[in-house]
Amino acid sequence: MENKEKVSGEEILSLANTLRWDLGMNLHDTVTESIYEGASKIAKKTVRVKDEKSSVNWDLKIDKVVTSKWLGFPIMFFLLALVFWITVAAANIPSGWIASLLIDTLHPILKNGAAAIGFPWWLSGVLIDGAYLSVAWVVSVMLPPMAIFFPMFTLLEDFGYLPRVAFNMDSLFRKAGAHGKQALTMSMGFGCNAAGVVATRVIDSPRERLIAIITNNFSLCNGRWPTQILIATIFIGGLVSSRWAGIVSAGAVVGVAVLGIFFSLVVSWALSRSVLKGEASAFSLELPPYRPPRILQTLYTSLIDRTIFVLWRAVVFALPAGILIWLVANIHIGQLSLAEWFINWSDPFAMLFGLNGVILLAYIIAIPANEIVIPTVLMLTVISSGIAGVGAGDGVMFELDSIADTERVLRAGGWTLLTGINLMLFSLLHNPCSTTIYTIYKETKSVKWTMISTFLPIVMGFAICFFTTQVWRLLVK
Amino acid sequence: MSNQHNCENCPVHHKENLIRLGIAMDKVDYVIALAGNPNTGKSTVFNNLTGLRQHTGNWPGKTVTRAEGGFSYNDKRYKVVDLPGTYSLLSTSTDEEVARNFILFGRPDVTVIVADATRLERNLNLVLQILEITDRAVLCLNLMDEAKRNNIEIDERTLSKELGIPVIPAAARQKEGMMELLAAIEEVASGRYICKPHRIKSRSAKLNHAIDSLVGKLKQQFPGLPNLNWVALRLLEGDQGMIDAVNSGELGTLSPSLIPSDI
Repeated sequence: MENKEKVSGEEILSLANTLRWDLGMNLHDTVTESIYEGASKIAKKTVRVKDEKSSVNWDLKIDKVVTSKWLGFPIMFFLLALVFWITVAAANIPSGWIASLLIDTLHPILKNGAAAIGFPWWLSGVLIDGAYLSVAWVVSVMLPPMAIFFPMFTLLEDFGYLPRVAFNMDSLFRKAGAHGKQALTMSMGFGCNAAGVVATRVIDSPRERLIAIITNNFSLCNGRWPTQILIATIFIGGLVSSRWAGIVSAGAVVGVAVLGIFFSLVVSWALSRSVLKGEASAFSLELPPYRPPRILQTLYTSLIDRTIFVLWRAVVFALPAGILIWLVANIHIGQLSLAEWFINWSDPFAMLFGLNGVILLAYIIAIPANEIVIPTVLMLTVISSGIAGVGAGDGVMFELDSIADTERVLRAGGWTLLTGINLMLFSLLHNPCSTTIYTIYKETKSVKWTMISTFLPIVMGFAICFFTTQVWRLLVK
Repeated sequence: MSNQHNCENCPVHHKENLIRLGIAMDKVDYVIALAGNPNTGKSTVFNNLTGLRQHTGNWPGKTVTRAEGGFSYNDKRYKVVDLPGTYSLLSTSTDEEVARNFILFGRPDVTVIVADATRLERNLNLVLQILEITDRAVLCLNLMDEAKRNNIEIDERTLSKELGIPVIPAAARQKEGMMELLAAIEEVASGRYICKPHRIKSRSAKLNHAIDSLVGKLKQQFPGLPNLNWVALRLLEGDQGMIDAVNSGELGTLSPSLIPSDI
């Protein structure tokens, strides 16, 4: 049966070949031309443009500015910086509300309730201090920034600005052997890497799509901005007088973000010249007309499609991680908890890279969401350095009200300016969160590329931190 | 616009005839394909018809894989398939393949082509290509509000006569023209409106003969496959995707179920 089919298929093709020779080779062009001819004939009969000159072409005027050689990039950076600034500045307030509801109010009620119905301490510890609290943390720190960032980003998209970003960045990405639309997915990654990875579906070629997926993690996501801002404020802003502290620390954070874009381009370049060899494929990007954004609909779709989608995945991963965090802090072997064993054991190794054991452990157990890294670091620092009078108990994540308190805890844990700088670098260059890793697997359906996307940034992070630390020790000591 | 009040008495405007079914698509009477250039508001039309809120964005290539939804109109149930936006059905990117395979082999009852009224000529290229492979289509002339702003006037009646299909002016973002579009879809689906689609005429007798003899062979090999004329033409043009599909025998197994659908 199969054999017969194949012969017949060949027969058809050989007949087609013979006929094609008879007809001449330019048949394809003739067919295409006749379609274009038909379209233009019909358009001429039916379309009439009244007094063309009087209408001002605003689209063209705006495009001349926002895609201009000199102003294109500054405008782009300014708009993105504005979006980030609004996100960071405005998210604090609702975050505080949600935290006070879920953590300050509901958590004690749950604890007391569990005690009243006679839960053993370890069960209420695992479920309430572990699982519940980490989910509450993730919701309170992730929901507000995402609910602010995604609508603003979607409004820019709806207005028609994003294709201009791609247009501006196209030549850079092309030089790196990647697809121009990677500029779009990269920008999306500034909001959330998981969303950025999903957005790479707009890239046709599998090779370029993989590059976009692997490098998306170099976009500093929403979960990492607060870490960057906090550490920059403490360790870098603290270097200068308080008048300049704000600008200097903001500059340091933007510097880290730009460094991320730089790594994105460099790694794309390296990949397209090694394992993912190939030429950048040409694509025609039509710059669509600017349209007034539909505010309400944008709010709705960006909340449902993006925010809730990403948040749900994060919650699913935060739950088991919360249990794990509680367990490592509460299971004791001899005098010390598992957490302390790991911290003491990994400290000498971490010191090589200018980090410490607490940071390593925090990044391992806080893999569900970058947002919970700082709370986990604080909790672990208190356990391991034995500071009295702060914190909420072993295995309970907490955040301090004032930056000064946070600084006191970190300095007591042995942090220096070098630790701060290295943490900022490591926060940029480490594995994606588990939500993103899972998304990468779902999108690529390949264990190999998922592993590469996960471990490549860690290796780079250790290399960069090692380099910084060694140079620092040479210069400063 | 001034005679809008009269319109409300017209049966077309009975909004209660439309029931949006979202993703409930069992027991459908008709399948509707939604095709068009990128960035013409296809997804907005899709959302208006189905009541779903597929993410729409003002950038080309938003719909990467096809999305499906349903609605019921005058007691008939319709399934709508939103195809990725493409500029043509000729060259082969994944998007174009998904769109063209569905129109070719998915045999939708009606193909609704969404076109940008401000760029009609360019959009007509795709319209003509789609009319080559399907007999039942409706043109939704979208973004009429923008066309008006740009002082562009379109003679819809002549356009409809030239193309041989109903032409419905619309502004999907403002939900204008959607009821008229539904009525036109119903007329074509039920067979009350017989399309006489525009076909490219400049074909030589020699070409027609070549197509005929190829179609004869194709019929033996792939009985029941629709649009063999078009397949034959693609083979004569040397379309590599089509050659591969014949060679592997895959052409015979192409069915709507094989076309990727996600999300």
